Amino acid sequence: MKNDKLRTIKITKVNSESSEITSLWFIDKFVQRAKPGQYVMVWIPNVDEIPMSISRINKNGQSSITVKVVGESTKALVSLRQDERIGIRGPFGNGFKVKGKKQLIVAGGSGSASILPLVEEMVSKNYNPTFVLGARKADMLIFVEPLKALLKENLVITTDDGSMGYTGYASGYAAILMNEQKFDQVYTCGPEIMMSKVFHAAEYHGIPTQASLERYVKCAIGLCGSCLIGSYRICKDGPVLNSNMLRKIKDEFGIKRMDANGKYIRITH
Amino acid sequence: MFNRFSPYFYQTYSSFSEGDLNKISLAIEIAGLKLRNPTMNAAGILGISPLILSRVYKSGAGAVVTKSIGPFPRRGHKNPTIVTVDAGTLNAMGLPNPGVDYFVKEIQQLKKMKIPIVASFFGGSVQEFAEVGKKLDIAGADAIELNASCPNVQEELGMLAGDANNVEKVTAIVKEVTTKPVFVKLSPNVTNIKEIAKAAESGGADAITAVNTLIGMKLDINLKKPILYNVTGGLSGPALKPVAIRCVWEIAQTVNIPIIGCGGIVNWEDAIEYFLSGASAIEIGYAIYTRGIKVFKEITEGIEFYLKENGFSRIEEIVGLAHEK
Repeated sequence: MKNDKLRTIKITKVNSESSEITSLWFIDKFVQRAKPGQYVMVWIPNVDEIPMSISRINKNGQSSITVKVVGESTKALVSLRQDERIGIRGPFGNGFKVKGKKQLIVAGGSGSASILPLVEEMVSKNYNPTFVLGARKADMLIFVEPLKALLKENLVITTDDGSMGYTGYASGYAAILMNEQKFDQVYTCGPEIMMSKVFHAAEYHGIPTQASLERYVKCAIGLCGSCLIGSYRICKDGPVLNSNMLRKIKDEFGIKRMDANGKYIRITH
Repeated sequence: MFNRFSPYFYQTYSSFSEGDLNKISLAIEIAGLKLRNPTMNAAGILGISPLILSRVYKSGAGAVVTKSIGPFPRRGHKNPTIVTVDAGTLNAMGLPNPGVDYFVKEIQQLKKMKIPIVASFFGGSVQEFAEVGKKLDIAGADAIELNASCPNVQEELGMLAGDANNVEKVTAIVKEVTTKPVFVKLSPNVTNIKEIAKAAESGGADAITAVNTLIGMKLDINLKKPILYNVTGGLSGPALKPVAIRCVWEIAQTVNIPIIGCGGIVNWEDAIEYFLSGASAIEIGYAIYTRGIKVFKEITEGIEFYLKENGFSRIEEIVGLAHEK
């Protein structure tokens, strides 16, 4: 399991995706072969090591992670510049599986980071998924251009404040689409309460769901138990959980999560 | 799967039928605790919630061991808390846990599922060890494992298992407040583990768990600095196993209480080596990373085949067998 070993690599490029979201690029032969939906552990020397979705996978070139500043560690990460080094372990986790014939994808905020490689894979296999991409306001949307190029009119944008696309929540728009059209696979990544709404709508219509979850990951190799949801280790059994798994964690999904001490706390977004 | 981890790999040159296996029992009794088989997860591995521990039990473990529980909630160290090295991992989790008062509810929930529980615990003082141990006993733990040996909190808490007098004193005080079996988990980072084991036995320990991790380090040569946030960490996995086997061997020659072997067990051959060295039961950690949670089943199946192939019917018949002259 050579991908589990930590290697320190140079950042090749840094670019801003939106007002609070930044991408860092690098070349790593294991990440080049990652599956959509997998993640890496990123070591910010002297600061922390955090899980990050892989937002771009190029078989022979640069890969990227896309970082939203939410605290001290992410702030330190986006302050790094070209040629500075970060540590990488992974790719880890199961990733998304391309299934069905007519897929619906629902992503919110920086959640679309792990979805871009999935859309690329789907389009390369001649699928034509419908994608509802939401954010609180227009300047918090990411990847609109590359997604539009891939999906054309099948990309639907929603913003909570109406500053771009439809006004309202991505989950609400997705529920309307599920009423109007027949989908056979739903993918979702973003705030957990949004994903939980998407899952419940998909359950109502009997559509299998794949949701990419986030928890407090430490070891990333299935040993320490800090990222548990129900009896699943997000780092190893996830981060993508299917409908069967989601049904088994309905007491926790969108409701509560374990903090760093191992105590359950309420989920607020 | 037919690989070298599977006992079926060896079936090609053994001649017995599956029916013969019925005579073999994997059940053990250790310090009065009856278990369906001798495997447990090592403390600190997965043992944070009843749901994951019940998954470990359903996957074939004989009992489950909780994370080390302390008197108060602890976040543990910052990441990186783990780094893989050749034939092992180094970890410095720093004893993250929700505190004993929160955790008693989790133990009660496990008890309802009728799962044998070993509650691992620690304290910052002799009195704290006694208080936490007592609360875990009352909550329903079937045994308590006194973690005298975490290598990652030495600056804050010191390492108890480095001092024979302290080990004896703490063990004795914990024994006073509980009626449950007390396992004392020792460290390999000592000059003379026999002395420490003897002290635990004198203090009244019902069994010894040997061993915790070896202190190690890993540097990054590009950044020219240690990788773990805590700088040092505990080495586990196959790299630890020869050291742990030597510790079990020496302890078996020194004390009369049973030993639970721990360190780098990834397949049934490793488990057998521990039994022959003197261990009556085993704890598994690292192999959950390389083999998955199914490793408990793989290992117990392999032990069963070994017993049969060598004409034994119970594990106790091979415990310490290698010491016979």
